[in-house]
Amino acid sequence: MNIPYPDLTPVIPEIIMATVASLLLLAELVASNKRALGYIGIVVAAIAIYLLPACKGEAFGGMFINDTFSVYFKTICLISLILTILISLKYIQVEHADFGEYYSLLLFSTTGMMLMASARDFIIVFLGIELMSLSLYILCGIKKHDPRSTEAAMKYFLLGAFSSALLLYGISMVYGLTTSTDIYRIADYLRQTPPTLPLMLSMTLIIVAFSFKISAVPFHMWAPDVYEGAPTSITAFMSTAPKAAAFAVLGRIFFTAFQAFEPYWTTILIVISILTMAVGTVMAIVQTNIKRMLAYSSIAHAGYILIAIAVGGNEAMNAMKVYLLIYTFMNLGAFGIVILLDKGENISDYNGLSKSHPYAAALMLVFMFSLAGIPPTAGFIGKFYIFMAAINAGYTWLVAIAVIFSAISAYFYLRIIMNMYMKPLGETVGITPSLGLAAALFISAVMIFVIGLAPSVVLF
Amino acid sequence: MGHASHPVETEAPESNFPLMRTVAMIPMLALLIFFGAEVARNLHYPVLSTVIFLPIFGAIAIILMKRGHETLVRWSALLVSITTFLLSLPLYTNFNKGTAAMQFVERSSWIRTWSIEYFIGVDGISVLFVLLSALLTILCVTVSWTSITERTKEFYAALLLLEGLMIGVFCSLDLFLFYMFWEAMLIPMYLLIGIWGGPNRIYAAIKFFLFTLVGSVLMLVGIIVLYLHTDRSFDMLRMMSSHYPYDLQIILFWAFFAAFAVKVPMFPVHTWLPDAHTEAPTAGSVILAGILIKMGAYGFLRFSMPMLPEASKALAPAMMVLSVIGIIYGAVICLGQTDLKRLIAYSSVSHMGFVTLGIFALNTQGVQGGILQMINHGIVTGGLFLLIGIVYERTHTRRIADYGGAASVFPVYSALFMVFTLAAIGLPGTNGFIGEFLILLGGFTASKTLGVLAATGVIIGAAYMLWLYQNIFFVNTNPALLGHGYRDVGMREMLTLLPLVVLVFWIGVYPNTFLSFMDVSVQGLLERVNSAGQANVAAQIIEVVK
Repeated sequence: MNIPYPDLTPVIPEIIMATVASLLLLAELVASNKRALGYIGIVVAAIAIYLLPACKGEAFGGMFINDTFSVYFKTICLISLILTILISLKYIQVEHADFGEYYSLLLFSTTGMMLMASARDFIIVFLGIELMSLSLYILCGIKKHDPRSTEAAMKYFLLGAFSSALLLYGISMVYGLTTSTDIYRIADYLRQTPPTLPLMLSMTLIIVAFSFKISAVPFHMWAPDVYEGAPTSITAFMSTAPKAAAFAVLGRIFFTAFQAFEPYWTTILIVISILTMAVGTVMAIVQTNIKRMLAYSSIAHAGYILIAIAVGGNEAMNAMKVYLLIYTFMNLGAFGIVILLDKGENISDYNGLSKSHPYAAALMLVFMFSLAGIPPTAGFIGKFYIFMAAINAGYTWLVAIAVIFSAISAYFYLRIIMNMYMKPLGETVGITPSLGLAAALFISAVMIFVIGLAPSVVLF
Repeated sequence: MGHASHPVETEAPESNFPLMRTVAMIPMLALLIFFGAEVARNLHYPVLSTVIFLPIFGAIAIILMKRGHETLVRWSALLVSITTFLLSLPLYTNFNKGTAAMQFVERSSWIRTWSIEYFIGVDGISVLFVLLSALLTILCVTVSWTSITERTKEFYAALLLLEGLMIGVFCSLDLFLFYMFWEAMLIPMYLLIGIWGGPNRIYAAIKFFLFTLVGSVLMLVGIIVLYLHTDRSFDMLRMMSSHYPYDLQIILFWAFFAAFAVKVPMFPVHTWLPDAHTEAPTAGSVILAGILIKMGAYGFLRFSMPMLPEASKALAPAMMVLSVIGIIYGAVICLGQTDLKRLIAYSSVSHMGFVTLGIFALNTQGVQGGILQMINHGIVTGGLFLLIGIVYERTHTRRIADYGGAASVFPVYSALFMVFTLAAIGLPGTNGFIGEFLILLGGFTASKTLGVLAATGVIIGAAYMLWLYQNIFFVNTNPALLGHGYRDVGMREMLTLLPLVVLVFWIGVYPNTFLSFMDVSVQGLLERVNSAGQANVAAQIIEVVK
């Protein structure tokens, strides 16, 4: 039998990423300067971004697809990777975590996310999730000497493994009922069947598994602890790229595989979305640790993005993409400032920052207003787009709830600004600037204004 | 302006106020304005874009200056604000009063995917606010000359940024653009109150921000709904000539009401205002009272009424009742105040009640009076806040009980305060009289009961303002005021107040200069509202109230 040689063009970016990630593991043994590995990672990610649009198509009999949808999400993940490497270069040296594996694992993790964004088959989804998550578990605990880091890794691992098991269980049930793992074939099958209890159960299991990944309420408990304990650069990465990948999968499977059941999961997702916004917003108000606050803030943001999924339709999917891109810039920027400060974990550490480090304070001001969604920053554009899509789909009441939470959320972002600008300077906090970090902050801040004032650049 | 180098309190008992120098400056300033206007009207430039973006770029330039160059920062801010004002003068000289159409229109595509345009222009309703914003900003710069010593650079940058954004709000004809300006404005205002404000500034700043934000986001929902019902267009002119279903109009009216009522502030949602006004630095209070709270009433005129005419008509009685509650409630609260600034702040609640009463009377006198009263309130309350700032810089107290007999310490100051006090009361010959008279005329036409109730607000207004004046300037001289050698108003301060004094009498004696700007636009607006159907509900409610 003559098996044709498969056309691997659509997978080229992933192949390059995985290959370089493996080579970095080897290079780590000989490299004296670990930073060089980071630079290689940036270059490779940039190449991958460049190649992505040119590599559209299907591979492996349709299990893998590289379309406009996945290109956008992969670009988000890669941008997040580049920014994360930039903010890590100096930080992991300071934290005594500059192992070469660090960059290699980041690349592997991103490869996993790229697989997820391209998956058209549940097997690929699962492969991608595991590649992404396993790398992240290690990265969380990479500060070996720090018990909090180890604890975070352990927590993340246990709950992550639990959610993977749920996902696998859901997938196997779907397979048992529909005899396929291919998303399109499942969709075809479901169109001809009434929603039976086992099908609903399997769908719910998949929703639960992904709720873990995007830290949606009530499966968010791990996020604040893990975000707090993990190295800040990894927290920044975890709060952006994996979420984008998980949302990409959610968007794809719910609008293809489970489209026939839309009325059922819409209700579930709307409930989860409202709960997520409420818990994220309210809990963020009472935090005293900025990493925990940003963790709850990212939970709240996941709630807004879930509106897009629940609402559905092309416009909502576009809104979700744009939101995640914007969110990547503003969240990484905010974590960048946390990294910049030698002692910046407590919210009170920011007291009078505008006096001791005016530029850092000004940047943080931009990121905070953007996270709060105040124009002319990009954060406003993201929220506006999602709200518009939702209202257009007839969910005005849901948007009314969302905007109220959005207004309340301004309180805890303003609290940081208040501490920086309106409270007297306590003890001066030192900063550890570096070229990479400065570049990441600069890119984020510029993009926030560019997208905020000329959103056409990201609307496709 | 020449007092930049003077210390705040001179040791020598220098009670003489530099009359001659000030008088000499007046013709020079008049000449500057005259020639500036002449030059500007003959130049061809996009007037509105210039007055929006010149202050914004000025703010960016100032923020980029090196720390420590305080004098340079001050003079640059003054230069930018004066240039902006002069460049805005063609709006006065070249404005065509014979049309209700938008003028000085600039239009270009901005965000194509959502069909959002950069679309600006002014008509008779908005043009005066642009001029007022430009004028008040200059006064804010000069009054802060010596009182702001910390983070001068950021202060003036925030002030100029605020100016540009405020003017943008009044000029926007694209709803998305409008919302951008409207919300972005919160940022510099929040910083102005929070950084340079009084002792309780942090609480006041965050309260201000959250109150206005909650209102604004509800309006955002309304804006998006409106957008989707206008074939995905944010074009306000198109919305003003569209017809929306009645039920939708009612819902949208409340959505917009959430934002505008908080800004005005109308009765149940006014609680942020006393805190914000009291704690803000002088310039912040002036901008807040002079421009920012006008935006709420302006919003009713620009959005609610022409876009949702039937709803406006149906809900006008409710709005009028809320206004009258605001008038009386604000005035009564003033009687019990012990803090100078807080009293003026509550008087704003009362005065803005008059404005919304006039607007929702839905007749020519009422609406014209409402708009004029907005300008008046900007001038008078702006002036009073400037005056309080001037005396606070010397005495560092805002408690009314800490004053008494101040007329003997600050004679010229007390005369100026008298002018603005009488204007606030609405004495004939001052601008306050014209505005309140027109509003009451309109109010009586709409509903006699409400007109009578509103008129009591005028009486209480006279009571608390005269009580305030008496307690500060007459009765027994407070010993605490003596022996410090407090200086009376200087030339810089005199020149800061002078334009407002001129306007007080100008509008008071010959209001037609300003009323003529809005005549045609107001007629057009009222035709649109009053020709709307479904007025039965309104008539019934008015009948009941009568």
